[in-house]
Amino acid sequence: MAGDKLQVTFETDGSLSAPLTLSYPYNRTLGTTYARFLSSLADRRIEGTKAQDGRVFVPPAEFDPSTGAPLNDWVQVGDSGTVVQWSWQPTPFADNTLDEPFAWALILLDGADVPMLHAVRASSVADMAVGMRVKAVWADERIPEITAIRCFEPVGG
Amino acid sequence: MRDVGIVAFAESQLTYGTTNTPVEMIVPTVNEVLKNAGIERTEVDFWCHGSCDYMTGQPFSFVAAVDALGAWPPIIESHVEMDGAWALYEAWVKIQMGEANVALVFGNGKSSAGDMNRALTLQQDPYTVAPLWPGLTAMEGIGACAALQAGTVTERQMAEAASRARRDGAKNGNVLVSGSESADELLSRAVTSAPFRDHDLPAMADGVSAIIIAAGHAAKRIAKRPAWIRAIDHRIDHQNLGWRDLARSTSAAIAASEVGVHNDKVDIAELHTTFSHHEQLLINALQLRTDATRITPSGGALVGNALMAAGLSRFGHAARAIFDGTADRAVAHAQQGACLQQNIVAVLEGN
Amino acid sequence: MSDKAADKPLRVRMPIGIDYKWCAGPASTDYLTGLKDGRLYGRRCPVCQMVYFPPRNGVCARDGVMLGESVEVGPKGTVTTFCIVNVPFLGQTIKLPYVAATIILDGAHLGFSHLLQEVEATDVRMGMRVEPVWRDKSDWDYSLENISHFRPTGEPDAPFDDYARYL
Repeated sequence: MAGDKLQVTFETDGSLSAPLTLSYPYNRTLGTTYARFLSSLADRRIEGTKAQDGRVFVPPAEFDPSTGAPLNDWVQVGDSGTVVQWSWQPTPFADNTLDEPFAWALILLDGADVPMLHAVRASSVADMAVGMRVKAVWADERIPEITAIRCFEPVGG
Repeated sequence: MRDVGIVAFAESQLTYGTTNTPVEMIVPTVNEVLKNAGIERTEVDFWCHGSCDYMTGQPFSFVAAVDALGAWPPIIESHVEMDGAWALYEAWVKIQMGEANVALVFGNGKSSAGDMNRALTLQQDPYTVAPLWPGLTAMEGIGACAALQAGTVTERQMAEAASRARRDGAKNGNVLVSGSESADELLSRAVTSAPFRDHDLPAMADGVSAIIIAAGHAAKRIAKRPAWIRAIDHRIDHQNLGWRDLARSTSAAIAASEVGVHNDKVDIAELHTTFSHHEQLLINALQLRTDATRITPSGGALVGNALMAAGLSRFGHAARAIFDGTADRAVAHAQQGACLQQNIVAVLEGN
Repeated sequence: MSDKAADKPLRVRMPIGIDYKWCAGPASTDYLTGLKDGRLYGRRCPVCQMVYFPPRNGVCARDGVMLGESVEVGPKGTVTTFCIVNVPFLGQTIKLPYVAATIILDGAHLGFSHLLQEVEATDVRMGMRVEPVWRDKSDWDYSLENISHFRPTGEPDAPFDDYARYL
């Protein structure tokens, strides 16, 4: 509306620019597999699906990656696991679950056969190593979202 | 199969922070590639565009982009939400189907429009990955960690790739960063986003790339020496990083095998290396012999990564080497997604 | 998932947002800074000579070339087509019925949409001559919303041939 003054900037070449935020308030239907996985997170349990070859997928696979068969066999896995790979986030984004520099890791949860991506709260790069043990830190709010796990943190570190 | 060749290539001056709109960015490069080919726009019977709305910051931006084409009388046009290299693939299919003879394909990206590292999170699973906002660099860092740990890539190879890209970039001119540092010098620098040093990351750019491909007689009429696309194939790995072996690029290896990279010598290979460890992963996947094949002589995306255009530019630079006789047989590669998820590989020949 | 499925949340809020810097480009910069001063600027295509108001994305969509010189147009114009809105919709703020018109400003060759008021909807017609009614100057911004609406000038209608090729 006229009256709400736009925050325009004149660039060095005289042309106009303005900040623009595009946001999409998606409200996603989950389907039965993700509904169960995410609602189990809200109950502070981590569950995965078992493929026909016995591999346990966390987050769950809706269909067997090898055969395409629907997977309905559920397994609860541990909330601790082992870092398989990691990288460092020196400057967190505003919407990360952690606001200090932290690590990302593929974490193989105890009882799972496929690692999942999540944040690891570590004070520095020196605290990170492949093979280290980490444990889930649950968010205060019990929500059916992946951020129900706020992050993982080193065990005994 | 019809003989289809790349007959012209144009690439905008790479910048960071252009004040032009995406459409204003596209027009000069589209006109330049037409001029390079020496044809009128009415001779183009199929147009295909690669771009991404999340990068442009404008829903349905590809519709506005048609303004750049002079689409009157109406044209036959298509769009892929992918790097322009996939637009080239669609055009190649269209020509193979006999529905077109001359196609103009282009890709454009304005990396300076926002924080693209963060925005590229949206390529990931929206339920279990995207809400965490890992960003592309973090995901690529996990891929690099996997490769380093498995020994399929070494830190030195990453530094060598970056060092060569910066030196080749200096020769190319149309890049955002260049330098003459040795791999040793680069290795002595600080690790910033472990396992990466700053030079392991792509220099994000605003830019446009455009290519004209044509069938048989039309190709011979337009170009003295077309870069014939002898084979082209693209493959995709699973989106979920945890399900993949990140120490190798399985999809690139299959695509390379399908197009017969090794049926003959490879003079040059233009690889779409956006993070330095990709180069060795791709050399492994394509089984390139670095003593016989010149790797990415343009400098590549490490020194100027115009999102959605940089992959098509690899096809352009590979074709240019055929045009000018520097190469008789070249490999062009482009990728999309995190950790080399999707790969397209083509063999180009001059004869 | 069997009986318990009904208790489970099947829908989850997953908003995404991305911040951009949107650059207007040279053509729209002239257009927007003109509006801030209460003036109307389009741009001329160097090939077909058509004057675009607004200058769209700075290019001639017909010829595929960058638009050229900046041209002041209007402020009066001609209604080419129009639509009488009778149906309320979410977020609608204007009293029904109202008229959304496509207007070609004098000197321009591309229509744009604006609100037509100070006239009975049933009296609006193709070819009607109209002029802008500006908001209070203190409200002006880099926006076409500086014009509150258009209203009839009372001049004789433009002959059909004058605007037929721009329909």
